Formats: sequence, C-alpha cells, structure tokens
Amino acid sequence: MSGNAITDGTRRKLLQTGAGLGLGLGLLVLVRPALASPEALQAAIAAYTGGAVPKAGKVTLDVAKLIDNGNAVPITVTVDSPMTAAAHVTGIAVFNERNPETGVAEFTLGPRSGKAQVATRIRLATSQKLVAVARLSDGSYWQQTQDVIVTLAACIEGEAM
Amino acid sequence: MARALIHMPATARQGETIEIRALIGHAMETGHRPGADGKVVARDIIRTFACSYNGATVFDAALHPAISANPYIAFFTVATESGTLEFTWRGDNGFAQTERMPITVSAA
Amino acid sequence: MRGAGLFAVLAALGAGMALADAGDGGERADTRQSGTAFIGESTRAMQRDDTQNPAMLWVAGGAALWNTRAGKRDMSCAGCHGDAAASMRGVAARFPAFDKASGKVVNLGQRIEMCRVGKQQAAPLAPESEALLSLEAHVALQSRGMPVAPPRDAGTLAAAEKGRQLYGQRIGQLNMSCAQCHDANWGGKLSGATIPQAHAAAYPIYRLEWQAMGSLQRRLRNCMTGVRAAAPPFGAQELVELEAYLAARDRDMPLETPGVRP
Repeated sequence: MSGNAITDGTRRKLLQTGAGLGLGLGLLVLVRPALASPEALQAAIAAYTGGAVPKAGKVTLDVAKLIDNGNAVPITVTVDSPMTAAAHVTGIAVFNERNPETGVAEFTLGPRSGKAQVATRIRLATSQKLVAVARLSDGSYWQQTQDVIVTLAACIEGEAM
Repeated sequence: MARALIHMPATARQGETIEIRALIGHAMETGHRPGADGKVVARDIIRTFACSYNGATVFDAALHPAISANPYIAFFTVATESGTLEFTWRGDNGFAQTERMPITVSAA
Repeated sequence: MRGAGLFAVLAALGAGMALADAGDGGERADTRQSGTAFIGESTRAMQRDDTQNPAMLWVAGGAALWNTRAGKRDMSCAGCHGDAAASMRGVAARFPAFDKASGKVVNLGQRIEMCRVGKQQAAPLAPESEALLSLEAHVALQSRGMPVAPPRDAGTLAAAEKGRQLYGQRIGQLNMSCAQCHDANWGGKLSGATIPQAHAAAYPIYRLEWQAMGSLQRRLRNCMTGVRAAAPPFGAQELVELEAYLAARDRDMPLETPGVRP
C-alpha cells in the first residue's frame, strides 16, 4: 500500500463521477473525427463485402514501403485467379486508413479481363495501412494489407508561388 | 477537352490478354484542400472510368478523391475481335470525355 | 544511402572544385549523379516508362501546339520548323544561351516566346502556363539522351559565371546558399527527403509535390522560399543566370526531360 491509496468514500465518489464522466465520454466518442480511422476502414470493407470478413490470401497489393511523396503513390493489385467464366475476379476495391475518406477506388472485372491486375496512383495523406479486397465469382472475399511510410518533399512553395 | 493518352497494342491474336494504360489530365481536386483564401476548395474529380469493347463494358472503375491528379489506370482485357475500344471518363461538374482506339485481332 | 556519409565528406572536401569544374576534361572521376539517383524506385519507374510518365500529357499537348497555327502570321511552329524530331534535335541541350538581339542570355522557354511573339506575332504565353510548359517539354524531349552542351561564347560564359556566384551566395532568413546543401551536403537528409546534387537536366519536370509540370525557375523559387528568401519573379535575370550556371555545371550529363521528381 502506497501513498496513493484511495479511501472507500473517495472511491465511491470517483466511481459516481466516473459513471457520469463515462456517459459523457461515451457521447464524445460517438462524435467521429473528420479523418478516417481504423473503425471506418473496417466499416468500409464490410460495406463492400456485405458483412463478410475477407480471408487473407490470393491478393497481392504491391506498393513501395517508403514513399517520396504522398501525392502520387503507385500501387498494383494482382489477384491469383484463372479468370475463366467459371472462376474469376468480379471486383477489386482499395481502402485506406487515415485519409479524409476511406475509399480509394472500386474496380469491376470479369472473365473478359484475362488477368486480374489493376494499377493506379493514389494519394496518401500520411503513413498508414492500405487494404486491397478482391471479390470472386464464387462469392468469396480475399484481402491483403500493407503498411506504407510516406515522407514529405523538401522545399515546398506554399500558396504564394 | 482534357489531354488523354491511351497505350495499348494496335494488333493482337485472338484470345491474347492485352494490357491497356490510360492517362488523363485532371486536377482531381479532393474537396479537402484549403485554397489560398483559407476556404476549402470544392471537390472536382473524375468519378468513373469505363472501357467498352465493341459496345460491351469490359472494365470499369469508381474513383474517389484519393486517386492522384492526372489519373493513371492500367488494366487487362482479352482480345476477342477486331473493332474499337472506347474509354469514357465522367466526373463532377459534368466532366465527360471519350477516347477511342482501334484494334485489329488476327486468328489465334 | 549507406555511402552518403563518405560521399558527403568527399563532396565537402571537393566542394567548389570537382562539381563546378566538371566538364573541363580533367581526369578526376565524374561524381555527378542525376536527381534520379536520389528518389524512390517507384518515382524512377514513373520517369523511365513513357506510358506511365504523367509529363507525357504535356509532351502530347506540346506536339499538338507545335502544329497549331497562331498569331497574326497564322503560322504554326511546324510551318517553319517542320518535324520537331528533326529540327529540334539537340536544341534544348544548348540552352540557356546568349541571344545577340536582346543582349542577354535566355532559357528555352524564353526562346520559344521570342519565336511566338516575333515570328508568329502571337500573344506571349504566360510563364508556367500549360501551353508554354507543353511546348518546352515537347522541344526538350527531342534532345533526350543527348549531352547537355551550353554554348561557350563569351555572353553565355559570362552569364554562367554570374550564376556561379549566385549559387554560392547565402540568402534568406536561413542564410544558406545552394552550394551548402547541394555541393556540401548532397546525400544527406532534409526532413525525410534525400538532398540531391541539383542537376537540372530533367527540366521541365512533373513534380509530384506540384501534381503538375513545372519549370526549373519554379523549382529554384521553391528552394529560395525554403530558405525564407524573397524569390525573384519568373523571368528575372538572376534566375536565368542561375540556370546558365547549372547548365554549365551539367555539361556532358545526359538530358532527361521530361523528368519526374518528388
């Protein structure tokens, strides 16, 4: 027992106040910040999959680990699939964790695609997780997550050019 | 009319999978960026991109502000027959642009 | 960059010597490296592949402008110069250059404007405008791979010498010169970014930070703002003199336009 011991009376008061605080804190937590968050990321993935939890595998999200500038980050998503009429990728979606919006892009593919691979360049506001989800013709969902570090360019000009 | 560049082979064998790279000039204003006056600049982005092959859609994309300025999209399609591939971008403020590329497909 | 420490020491020892005198035909090993050596592989890949390089949008725009009639003379560049691949080959590699008529050294963009205003009798294109950058990129592409070769006439050399002095001059609230970062500390870090040697043979570039194409003068002004100096306006003679020095400093390095940089 140290000098930090709290008396029963004080503890009861703290618990009562804590409950009130807890309620207040609960209300505060409901007010979401403007930026996306890990929860928003999971919610966006769930919206895409209709609630199904994607399995890890089949998807390769190719992105450099260290990025020169978050304005244009090249990514390539490849899905292991024969792309036949019987077994093919029907969609690929990319999500981020910390940009103002979680969605990056949703692509529609089909047996006429031939190869389940898309590449684009995206904006990343800061270092964060990036997730690629694939939807297959059998209704299954697969994903891969990558951690990306974004550095800043030097000597920027600000608004006064 | 925005500048647009499409790279794809002009000829292919039937059944061959070809790669298509599409690049278009567009600022992709996110709607989250404060301008010089401190006010947030309104969103103005390309929202969709679609590729149709002799009229049949073979690929499409829904784009969000996280897509970089001057959007670049690379994808694949199977060369099925000779004809025309049409690429259409649509976006905010009525943005719409279509580019066409011919393809000659020889017997497999 | 593991070698950065050693290079930094060597560069500091050789600062003002090896780099400034590069291209004099001396037997010192050429330690100059393009800006592509200091960027990430994915950015390098963007520059290397014309089907991915966003700057090619400006090159395509420039090719279209090359064939577009303009001005009171209702002439296109092609009207006098024909196919740019033939007539413009080597041209960008020889700028900035002294122009006898105006009595000063001019860069490629200014030279294009001289044709536009003087020959086509059209309104000048605004500095950093998409049209001017597109024409510059299209013309410079025709020299891609060729050695940077600024003229050695007295006027051009004098401008390059003025530029050399500006390059070594401390400016701004941070009181720093170009040489301090780019000759003495290249390879080191500036808030996460690796400091390049400031070779300019890739300009105009698509800068990821700008999300657009821009000129060497725009980049120089960014640096000056970075050390909290008042940047001279576009077209200021000091900026052209700096460009002239950088071209002399780049002599024999291959022209890379259009480059991609962070």
